[in-house]
Amino acid sequence: MLVHGALIVTAVSILITMTLAFVRARLGPTIFDRVLALNMFGTKTVLLICVVGFLPVFDRTDFLDLALLYSLMNFIGMVALLRFSEYGSFRVENRTHEGHGKTGIGGGA
Amino acid sequence: MIVLELIACLFVLTGSFFSIVGGIGIVRLPEFYSRLHGGGITDTLGAGLIVIGLMMLGLARWELLTSAKLAIILFFLSVTSPASCHALAKSALVQGLKPELEINTLDSNRKSKV
Repeated sequence: MLVHGALIVTAVSILITMTLAFVRARLGPTIFDRVLALNMFGTKTVLLICVVGFLPVFDRTDFLDLALLYSLMNFIGMVALLRFSEYGSFRVENRTHEGHGKTGIGGGA
Repeated sequence: MIVLELIACLFVLTGSFFSIVGGIGIVRLPEFYSRLHGGGITDTLGAGLIVIGLMMLGLARWELLTSAKLAIILFFLSVTSPASCHALAKSALVQGLKPELEINTLDSNRKSKV
């Protein structure tokens, strides 16, 4: 009974944190604030799936596979978005004249 | 077993506390690089404590496969979250977003709401 109460409290607090991250994604001044808030939202989604799988309403720990897949997808999407916002496009630029490849300042977003 | 469940409850509740603290930090802190700190707290400390608590809960139920899956999730989270935070900070620096060093929190919040 104590364990179930603790799990319910944890699920509610994760939902509160997701709401706060959504608030920051809504009013963030720069695009990096929004990306940070989305990354945090994805991590919290993974945690929420894990905790909900342990709740006695569902009691299906098979949800952990979904959580694992979701964490990997979150990382890949995050790296793709940052690559877009660093270089301004998804394709790799020709770097022979560019030195260290730090092109595209102000090109993205 | 009851001792293990109690320790698991303690871990899970501490993790949810740090998660809420990081959530408040990501809304209230004044500029981007300090908000990154708030996001990093929830990604490492909150997620790590909650997943470790769930691992103990799985061990208390003798479900070893569940604990193994949770260990894999913990490994991926602890590898990918700092990496993505680092990539985010580097991308912001390359794009030319400067850290604001002398700042008033009230003024900055009022400015970001407009």
